[in-house]
Amino acid sequence: MNRGLLFCHARGMAKAGLLLLLAISISSYLVACGGTPASSGPVTLTFWSWVPNLQQAIDLFEKSHPNIKIKWQNVGSGGTEYTKLTTALKAGSGAPDVVQIEYAYLPQYILSGKLVDLSQYGANDVKDQFIPWTWAQVTSGGKVYAIPQDTGPMGLLYREDIFKKYNLPVPTTWDQYAQEAIQLHKANPKIYITDFSPSDGPWFFSLLWQAGSQPFVVNGTTLKIHLDDAAALKVANYWGNLVKSGAVSTAADWNNDWYAALQNGTLATWITAAWAPSDLEGFAPKSAGLWRVAPLPQWTAGEQASANWGGSTDAVTTQCQHPAEAAEFVKWLNTNPEAVKILTQKLYLFPSQKSALQDPSFDTANAFYGGQQVNRIFVESAQEVNTSFQWSPFQDYVFSQLQNQLASAVNGKISFEQAMHNTQNAVVAYARSQGFTVVS
Amino acid sequence: MIPSQDMAKHSQAEARQQAIEIQELAAPASRLPSALRFWRGWRRQVVIPYLFLLPFLLLFSFFLLVPLLYALWTSFFVERLIGGMTFVGWQNYQEVLRDGNFWEGVRNVLLLLFTQVPLMLGLSLLLALLLDSQIVRLKTIFRLGYFLPYAIPSVIGALLWGYLYSAHIGPFAQLAELLHWPPPPFLSAAGLLPSIANILTWQWTGYNMVILYAALQAIPPELYDAARVDGASGWEIARRIKIPLIAPALVLTVVFSIIGTLQLFNEPQIMTAIVPNLIQDHYTPNLYAYNLAFTNQQYNYAAAVSFVLGAVVFVFSYVFMLVTYRRGQR
Repeated sequence: MNRGLLFCHARGMAKAGLLLLLAISISSYLVACGGTPASSGPVTLTFWSWVPNLQQAIDLFEKSHPNIKIKWQNVGSGGTEYTKLTTALKAGSGAPDVVQIEYAYLPQYILSGKLVDLSQYGANDVKDQFIPWTWAQVTSGGKVYAIPQDTGPMGLLYREDIFKKYNLPVPTTWDQYAQEAIQLHKANPKIYITDFSPSDGPWFFSLLWQAGSQPFVVNGTTLKIHLDDAAALKVANYWGNLVKSGAVSTAADWNNDWYAALQNGTLATWITAAWAPSDLEGFAPKSAGLWRVAPLPQWTAGEQASANWGGSTDAVTTQCQHPAEAAEFVKWLNTNPEAVKILTQKLYLFPSQKSALQDPSFDTANAFYGGQQVNRIFVESAQEVNTSFQWSPFQDYVFSQLQNQLASAVNGKISFEQAMHNTQNAVVAYARSQGFTVVS
Repeated sequence: MIPSQDMAKHSQAEARQQAIEIQELAAPASRLPSALRFWRGWRRQVVIPYLFLLPFLLLFSFFLLVPLLYALWTSFFVERLIGGMTFVGWQNYQEVLRDGNFWEGVRNVLLLLFTQVPLMLGLSLLLALLLDSQIVRLKTIFRLGYFLPYAIPSVIGALLWGYLYSAHIGPFAQLAELLHWPPPPFLSAAGLLPSIANILTWQWTGYNMVILYAALQAIPPELYDAARVDGASGWEIARRIKIPLIAPALVLTVVFSIIGTLQLFNEPQIMTAIVPNLIQDHYTPNLYAYNLAFTNQQYNYAAAVSFVLGAVVFVFSYVFMLVTYRRGQR
């Protein structure tokens, strides 16, 4: 009796499962049929982006394009969005039509084949409007996978009051920066020149970028991986020594403690990018008027090498039913003069468009920085970004390994140099296991 | 056989016989084709019950069985960024067994299991006994107060404690600064696990207390009266009557705690933003599986990690149940 019941039970469930599968397949078939574009009414595109107050630009777009409606959603910034995007792309549904992606993460989505080649919708027509290195980062093998939206050329934000009080000149080389770090911390043990956050892989990569490291050379599915090249080891040892000396703090960045430290004068500088000055006004309002900006310190005195940290692009996913309209939107958003003006002057994005850099109204004095023309420093920095820098097609993995290793180094378990070697080995092994050809 | 049971059986059989006779009167069996008769019986005994069960079965299979089987199926493959999916059999599982990161996570949760869980359940038992005793007033307020942390979502709880633990802006650190002491090392390499244990204890003590308290309420008060007549003190009643009688509830709370602790995820996931140097992507096995799937895109390997974790949970729960069962038998 018992066994019979069990058997019926299993059979009943199998049957129910089959029925439901049938029902699902029928309904998805219906949806698929209904989904083919009838193209009579206005087209609605979903757009994931974490740029605050983007609606102003979207309103303008909808006014000039009555046939296209944009549904903007902020599903979280950076990693939070990528997790959702990767999952939705893998699942085959649920991804937005248009999506904001940072330069570093673009190659992994290009590789997955889930981004639309925009060159078939005339993307190459706007090529000349963008700073060359940004265009280099959105193209691959003659195809255009995104339109550059903003950039993050780097500079040094510093507390003028602290440097004045302890009689320190603003450092122009990394050697000088390290010396002053130790002097400053000796003069006042509560003050650190900066915070080395081992959990910020993208930030560390920008330091590698400036030092001339070339961690990846990507040629289709053949990769050169050199996360421990001479320049990378130079950067790692430099920060390793500073951390060991105790003159820099090693707390995580982007959290309340860190905001407080930037506001209350515990941190005297922030090695950061062009989008940071307006961010800083937001999370350290009480330090208004005390900050200034200077060019990034150099490895060799007299050089002008810079790098990029962050900055984003807008891409169209293959789940989009209306790629032509979506392509039109991303082109418009990042090239229309009025849209660019909103992005750069109202939303404080640092432009990827040449015209915006030359716009005189972009070069305004900023009271938070004691009336300094902040953007001027970053405009100069933008000219010095090494254009040949490349990202891996699995940058998420690289960052997470690097962060694990840097954390171990900060905790004193391994040396910083060892951290780079370990990251190199892990990434090479991962690349091989994922089917890439790794050459030296 | 006890006569009264025998009688009851007799009368049951009689009633059944009568029912059959009434049915036959209503629809003589000889006139019904046997197939139809079979269908009627089948409908009553199989179709209708399962029709009632259908909503449950559908939900159960589509939200539990199918995903579980799908994950199991996935764990036998490897998907490469270049070259797609290939069947690899047990290879993922062999790798998990050799994976130092996975076992480091298991070690962390086991450490919590053997330190935090006994502490928390001891506290829950003590609070439940106190609430059940005669010496506490305003019981409802205390019961609600202890239970309240459980009502707060664990994500919010972790954020809250993250702030309280902060060495810069946290109240404890500020108090220490007033007294010219160094800030308490809640979020240091040595202090982290106890700090997490504290959050878990704060969150779950009240929950377990309520389960134990409910079990205590179900004990017939006559037992206490009898014990008191025999001269037992309050402590002796607790030790010799209450605790033995709520043993099944205690076992339940231990099993729940084993499962919950081994699957720890929320607290470290939230706190990793505050102390990423200490909470790495493999701090707990569940966190590891999550990061493997959603950061490294190693979905297949993550599925294997989940199943090995499931096996670890099963082993610990089963061994515990076995041990308590054996004790009960003795």
